Amino acid sequence: MGYNCVVLAKQVPDTHRITGQVMNDDGTVNRAALPAIFNPEDLSALELALQIKDRFGGRITVITMGLPAATRILRDALYRGADDAVLVTDSRAAASDTLATSYILSCAVRKLDYDIVLCGRQAIDGDTAQVGPQLAEKLGITQITYVEAMESLEGKAITLRRNIGNGWQRVKAKLPVLLTVTGDAAEPRVGAARKMMKYKNARTRAEIEQQVKAANPSADDATIKGLAKEQADALERKGLLIRQWNLDDIKADLAWCGRSGSPTKVHRIQSVVLATKESKDIAPSDEGVAGMIHELIQDKIIA
Amino acid sequence: MIDVNRQGEVWVFAEQHGGRLEDTPLELMGKARHLADTLKVKLAAVLLGDGVKGLGTKLVQHGADRVYLVEHPSLGAYQTNSYAKVIFDLIHKHKPQIVLYGATVSGRDLAPRIASAAKAGLTADCTDLQIGDHQTAKDGELHKNLLFQIRPAFGGNIIATIINYDRWPQMATVREGVMPMPQADAKRRGEIIKESVKLANGDLPLEILEEHTRPKKVDLKAARIIVAGGAGLGSKDNFKLIWDLANCLGAAPAATRAAIDLGFIDHDHQVGQTGTTVRPSLYIAVGISGAIQHQAGMVQSQKIVAINNDPEAPIFNVAHYKILGDLNEVVPRMIRAIKEKGIKD
Repeated sequence: MGYNCVVLAKQVPDTHRITGQVMNDDGTVNRAALPAIFNPEDLSALELALQIKDRFGGRITVITMGLPAATRILRDALYRGADDAVLVTDSRAAASDTLATSYILSCAVRKLDYDIVLCGRQAIDGDTAQVGPQLAEKLGITQITYVEAMESLEGKAITLRRNIGNGWQRVKAKLPVLLTVTGDAAEPRVGAARKMMKYKNARTRAEIEQQVKAANPSADDATIKGLAKEQADALERKGLLIRQWNLDDIKADLAWCGRSGSPTKVHRIQSVVLATKESKDIAPSDEGVAGMIHELIQDKIIA
Repeated sequence: MIDVNRQGEVWVFAEQHGGRLEDTPLELMGKARHLADTLKVKLAAVLLGDGVKGLGTKLVQHGADRVYLVEHPSLGAYQTNSYAKVIFDLIHKHKPQIVLYGATVSGRDLAPRIASAAKAGLTADCTDLQIGDHQTAKDGELHKNLLFQIRPAFGGNIIATIINYDRWPQMATVREGVMPMPQADAKRRGEIIKESVKLANGDLPLEILEEHTRPKKVDLKAARIIVAGGAGLGSKDNFKLIWDLANCLGAAPAATRAAIDLGFIDHDHQVGQTGTTVRPSLYIAVGISGAIQHQAGMVQSQKIVAINNDPEAPIFNVAHYKILGDLNEVVPRMIRAIKEKGIKD
């Protein structure tokens, strides 16, 4: 019994805590200046799924699409209580816009048994809030965006409170549904020490391959592949190999993935140059301030 | 998929709730009119609802040549599926080249659902739109008169110009308050075109049990002068300085997200990327360091005064009047100076 939840999570650069220069001189984004984190609203989505599991039972699978390094947030999700995790990674998925991303994710979600799909309202790197609704359309299920709280779940009916900008509404819908969750919905729990001990060595094959390559810089490809497979198989026997799917595994049509599947293209990227305006230094004294007020009145800025 | 159609119209989704048009579609009309004129095509508004025909006139007065009107009792309350189906069908029928939506909660809920169904591109939260040409890097092919969809990205640290040239329509949501609303012109004439609609049960999957809306406590967009406070005020008690200065100027009090998170003032007063975008005649920034997310919401103000005790505060980069000093001394001096001027004048 219970409800099976699929949570979609994204590893994002922490755009709110930027250190150093964001743009390289050649106009590309300097990712080194941006520490990678679990997208905050996706953590709220995971928390909501965990609360559903706590109350009603069921399984939680967390999916992320990204580079092998994104496995880190999958481990984090396992520490917090997810049952299963999947990394969708494939170099042919690079340069996917939101439409192609939602298509790829829909192929991955279809492989799973789900009642409720949850994701954050938006990711802090793009802030588009598009992948959730696009994924719901591709899956052909009802979407409920800007979810602030879950009120009840009875049989196949879910009742939620959602933000509507200038207020809120309570809505009821039949499962299956896709929810996009705001940061207000649920305060994410921290990982459990017991689970951290259990999963700290869990890896995806892609991660293992990278590790082996780094440890054996002079080894040839076949040797690296062999060593990596040995390690991965050992982890699998311990139940610590995190699943990894490529576009063939999820039977994605390549025409709808990556660059060819993305109708939006970048014409230009500009670093935000803060326009230096004609400006005056005003002394913080009575005279300085009075002079400025006088000028603003003369310019009819202050009536 | 919808093919490229150079003669297609420019469309604006005329979002309304309870028979009241949102501000954003009206703000969009000014820019959309300009885009349509540049492309030499018609500008149309797409109006869905129940008993909303009267709003058509207002849309025409703000710049629309045409209003596609879809009325149905089931469209009285917004639902993603029903609205997406109706608009998707209209897009298929009329093949517009550009479709614009306000980046409101409903717009951001609706537009991606339509984009996915149409397999079209969509750019979120644009702050500007232009018409321009693009040459592909790969084969040098020139695409003329595309919609440049301009938006901040990476938390406002970069500005990206997005295009789509091989699948249409070109769609974008546009942030609230970033485009000035055009004046209504009572003499403008346009046509109202009624469109019929068929809805099935599956198009209305939600049961709306209860709805609670409240008007905003303050209309920052309409304010001529704004006095905004940041975390530098230190406490809610001290934030009274902002109210005092605002009162003597007839200004609206506002705040940064940091000040709101500290509980200094209600959320309705927030200026910035996640709050309201404002463009007053005068913006006085008190104890605001000027994070890029805040600047995004106020940088278009006509005159900016910044008061801060940190010479490195980024707010000074966009200020016209820079006052380096203790706000607890400067603000009372400003209040005194304003009151004295009032007496003399």
